[in-house]
Amino acid sequence: MRGASQGWRAGLIGLAFCFVPPALATEVRIATFEAVGDAIPAPLDGLAGDSTRGQKLVRDRETGNCLICHQAPVANEPFQGDLAPSLAGVGGRLSVGQLRLRLVDQSKLNPATLMPAYHRVDGLTRVAARYRNRPVFSAQEIEDVVAWLATLKE
Amino acid sequence: MRSALLALVVLMAGAIAATAETRTSARELLPPELQAQQADDDANPGMLWVTSGQQLWSMPAGANAKSCSECHGDATTSMRGIAARYPAIDAKSGRLMNLEQRINNCRTANMAAAALPYEGEDLLALTAYVAHQSRGLPVSVRIDNAAAPHFEAGRRFYFERQGQLNVSCSQCHDDNVGRRLRGDRISSGLPTAWPAYRLDWQKMGSLHRRLRACSLGVRAEQLDFGSPEYVNLELYLAGRADGHLVETPGLRK
Ligand code: HEC
Ligand code: HEC
Ligand code: HEC
Repeated sequence: MRGASQGWRAGLIGLAFCFVPPALATEVRIATFEAVGDAIPAPLDGLAGDSTRGQKLVRDRETGNCLICHQAPVANEPFQGDLAPSLAGVGGRLSVGQLRLRLVDQSKLNPATLMPAYHRVDGLTRVAARYRNRPVFSAQEIEDVVAWLATLKE
Repeated sequence: MRSALLALVVLMAGAIAATAETRTSARELLPPELQAQQADDDANPGMLWVTSGQQLWSMPAGANAKSCSECHGDATTSMRGIAARYPAIDAKSGRLMNLEQRINNCRTANMAAAALPYEGEDLLALTAYVAHQSRGLPVSVRIDNAAAPHFEAGRRFYFERQGQLNVSCSQCHDDNVGRRLRGDRISSGLPTAWPAYRLDWQKMGSLHRRLRACSLGVRAEQLDFGSPEYVNLELYLAGRADGHLVETPGLRK
């Protein structure tokens, strides 16, 4: 049970005390993108994603921490959240462009969503100083995670 | 038309009553052995702080060497029910005070003693001891008159999305009660158990320490212990916990 609780604490909370993600060392820009319907068809900044890095980001409690809310078909993750649909098969249900938009800013589809916008900095309130004006994911990280999600066909 | 309107009013009243009744204390979501441990005063580690608060209650302090008991007598009667109606407006200053601030106000104004540091052992112990005298009594704070603007400010804070992750208190503590955030099951975020002993901290902590953990969880600014924003929020949380029983000292993961 203790390991369970640690996801929320060590992951999201411990961060502020002991861990400086590399992204924070340099300015992180927001890529410009064009949404078509419910998708962003073109890769952000024309970057290619790496699905191995993507899976790491999804599991990483200091960055993506997706499993705090979602379940996903990954080994050795006993404590996964159930606040959101399972990511199993999401790459079959949604196109790469649809995945990209949901990751960049889910609130464009559902303004009341619980899911954080992973590549947005405007319109946020009371952001802790160390995260201010920084998106959760850089454009490269968005592409990496999209690449991994696209592999989840079933 | 009239009957449709009436039906709507009845429906709305039903909805409000239902939410009040279905709010879930974090205690109910604990594994049975931890629930049993909280209920057993010999096993609940928070009782150590209550006991040390009891000692401080009759210990002289300040320039006039007065103790709490000299003015308030036996806490089991004089302090019974007090915590259940805090935060409250202080008649003299017009300020909204939570229990920690009220105790410190007694030290500075009535005892010529220095304020105790927030989150220090002594203030945690005294607060736990005073709050413990209300254990089992229903929360009932005033949210009218001078308290109304504070309650409203707390309500706004509660529903506002915040932090880099852009999540409001309500999205977790209303919309997702009982669900799992990783391994933690989300409760209704009631303030009724505090100060509480958290296994994660290996010690007692104040409600504001818990609020700071929730703020940081969504990567929002952590406000100071006793900050007006958190005291307003505390009043809102107490208002929405109306009728729920005080648990202090709670035991939490
Ligand atoms: C705070 C909770 C939370 C976190 C953290 C979170 N999500 Fe979500 N996500 C949701 C919710 C809730 C939905 C359901 C859609 C909605 O809210 O409109 C969702 C929907 C999705 C969808 C669409 C699923 C479908 O079947 O349509 C994808 C893809 C997704 N999330 C990926 C991710 C990834 C990848 C991460 C981590 C980088 C992540 N999410 C982090 C809550 C979260
Ligand atoms: C010199 C007398 C005196 C001493 C000593 C004293 N108090 Fe008080 N206390 C008061 C008075 C008078 C009030 C009523 C409000 C006011 O004037 O501050 C009060 C109010 C309170 C209240 C709020 C009661 C309510 O009905 O809302 C609490 C709680 C409290 N005191 C706790 C303490 C604690 C704990 C101590 C010891 C650290 C203490 N007091 C020491 C005189 C005292
Ligand atoms: C992402 C979800 C999330 C958000 C947002 C959140 N909390 Fe929490 N909160 C938790 C979890 C998980 C716990 C520990 C389990 C529990 O008691 O619900 C908790 C515990 C609490 C508790 C202690 C309850 C008890 O009895 O021990 C209170 C009070 C609380 N939160 C209030 C708030 C307030 C006020 C806000 C907004 C500033 C907030 N929370 C935002 C997830 C959240």
